[in-house]
Amino acid sequence: MRLVVVSAGLSVPSSTRLLGDRLAAVAAPAATAPEPAPADTRVIELRDLAVEIAHTFTSGFPGRALADAFDAVAEADGLIVVTPVFSASYSGLFKSFFDALSVTDPDALAGKPVLIAATGGTARHSLVLDHALRPLFAYLRAVVVPTGVYAASEDWGAEGLDGRIERAAGELAALMAGLSTARPLPQRDSFEEVTPFEERLAALRPTG
Amino acid sequence: MQFGIFSVGDVTPDPTTGRTPTERERIKAMVAIALKAEEVGLDVFATGEHHNPPFVPSSPTTMLGYIAARTERLILSTSTTLITTNDPVKIAEDYAMLQHLADGRVDLMMGRGNTGPVYPWFGQDIRQGINLAVENYALLHRLWREDVVDWEGKFRTPLQGFTSTPRPLDGVPPFVWHGSIRSPEIAEQAAYYGDGFFHNNIFWPADHTKRMVELYRARYAHYGHGTPEQAIVGLGGQVFMRKNSQDAVREFRPYFDVAPVYGHGPSLEEFTEQTPLTVGSPQQVIEKTLSFREYAGDYQRQLFLMDHAGLPLKTVLEQLDLLGEEVVPVLREEFAKNRPANVPDAPTHASLLADARNKEGARA
Repeated sequence: MRLVVVSAGLSVPSSTRLLGDRLAAVAAPAATAPEPAPADTRVIELRDLAVEIAHTFTSGFPGRALADAFDAVAEADGLIVVTPVFSASYSGLFKSFFDALSVTDPDALAGKPVLIAATGGTARHSLVLDHALRPLFAYLRAVVVPTGVYAASEDWGAEGLDGRIERAAGELAALMAGLSTARPLPQRDSFEEVTPFEERLAALRPTG
Repeated sequence: MQFGIFSVGDVTPDPTTGRTPTERERIKAMVAIALKAEEVGLDVFATGEHHNPPFVPSSPTTMLGYIAARTERLILSTSTTLITTNDPVKIAEDYAMLQHLADGRVDLMMGRGNTGPVYPWFGQDIRQGINLAVENYALLHRLWREDVVDWEGKFRTPLQGFTSTPRPLDGVPPFVWHGSIRSPEIAEQAAYYGDGFFHNNIFWPADHTKRMVELYRARYAHYGHGTPEQAIVGLGGQVFMRKNSQDAVREFRPYFDVAPVYGHGPSLEEFTEQTPLTVGSPQQVIEKTLSFREYAGDYQRQLFLMDHAGLPLKTVLEQLDLLGEEVVPVLREEFAKNRPANVPDAPTHASLLADARNKEGARA
C-alpha cells in the first residue's frame, strides 16, 4: 500500500508540511490495519520541483525529478494534498503541479482517494477546501475524502485539530483499503492495446 | 541511410541584432538553404506547411517545384503536409505534379499540424483530427493507386468516376512518411500501410521516442510488411556547431535564450541533456546522433533542423558546410557499421519502381 503526500509549503520548516505529516502519520497505519506494517509513505515537496514544474509548461515534458514525482502520484493508493492559502485559493505552485500532471497523464488521479488539506494565517479562509480544492480534484476525477482539514495558525495551539486529522485520515485509510480491494480495471494503455486500423477505417465508412 | 534537413519556415527576429527578415528574405533563404543542402552532399530537404504568421511556407509544392528545377539529386519532402485540413484530392494532384517535374525526387510526410485554429479556418473540426487523418489518407492512397475512384466518406463530398491527374510518375506513388510526436494512432496508421514513420523527437526525451518507434515497428511486423527491424523510421535532430564547442555554446546561447521554441524555459545545458539538441563541436554532434540508434534501432532517415531560433542565413549556410563536410560523412560510415544486411534503405522513386517492375515480372 502506498501513500503519497504532496506539500506545497514554501518555508522550512513549514506548517503545510507539518499538517501533511500529521495526516500521514494517522492514515499510513490505519490504511493497512490490522497488518503491523503501515503504508509506505512518500512526501513530495513542490518547492524542490518548482523550476521543473515551470519548465513543463515551456518545454512540454516534465524533467526527471518531476516525472518521478508524477509516477509516485499515479502509483499511489491514496494521496494527501496540502497547500497554503494564497490570495484566497490554493497556491499557484500547487495548481501548477496538478496542471502539469494532468497534461502529462490525464488519468493520473482517476478513482484515487484524495484527502484535501490547507493551511492559512487565519481561519477565515477555511472554505478554500470546498470552494477551490474540492472542485479541482472532482474535475481530475479523484475520490475526495468527505472531511477536509484546514489548519489556521491559531489551530496549532487550540483543541480540535487532532480530532479533524483523525477523522479525515481515517476516512482516507478506509477508502484506500476499500478501493484497493475493489480497484477499477487499469486504464487502457494506448501503447499496449492498439485499436486495429481496420476498426478505425470501418468506423468512418458511410452506412446504408 | 538518408541525411537531410527540415525547415519550419518561421520568421524569427535575430536576437543579436533585433532585425526581423522580411517574408521574401525568409522564403529566399529557405531556397538558398535547400540548394546548399544539395551542394554539401545531403540527401533530403523538407519544408513545413503553415497557414499563420510568423511562418511563410503555406504552399510547399510551389517552393519545392522551384527547388526541384535548381537541383539534381536532392529529394524534396515535407515536414509536414497537413493531411487533416488539406483536401486529399488536391494533395494527390499537387504532389503527383511535383513528382513529374522533379523526376521522382519527391516524398511526403503526413502530419496533423500543431495550430488549432487552422482546422476551423479550413472548415474542419479539431476534435476529428485523427479521423480526418485516417479518412483523408485512405482516399489519397486510393487516388494514387486507382485510375478511377468512386468514393464516399464522412468529411468530403463524394467522388464518382474521378481520376486524379496527373497520374503518379511511372505509376509509382510518392513514398509517404507519417509524422507524429504523441499519437500511437498515427504510428498504427503508418504500420498498417507499410509506410514510413517519422518521430520528430527534437523536443522530447529519448524514452518517449523509443515507445513510439517500438510501437510502429511491432505493428509494421503485425501487418506483414517485414520484421520490426525492417520498418522505415525517420528521426529529427537539431544542432549548432563550431569547431570548438565553447565557441558554439557562446554563439548560440543568445539565440537559444530568447527563441520562441527554446527560450525562457530550461537552460541550454538542461535542454541539450534531455533532448536531441546538440550545441558543440562536429564530433559532439556525431556522438549524439549515433546514440539515437540505441533507442530507435537502425533507421533510414535523419533530418536536422538547422535554420532555427532566428539564425541569419550566412550562419545557417556555414552550419550546413560543417554538417556536409565533417558530420554526415562520418555518420554514413558509422551507421553502416553493424547494420544488418536485411535492414532496408528508405524507399526512393527508383527503388519503388524497381519493386513494382519485379512484381509485374513475377506475375507475367
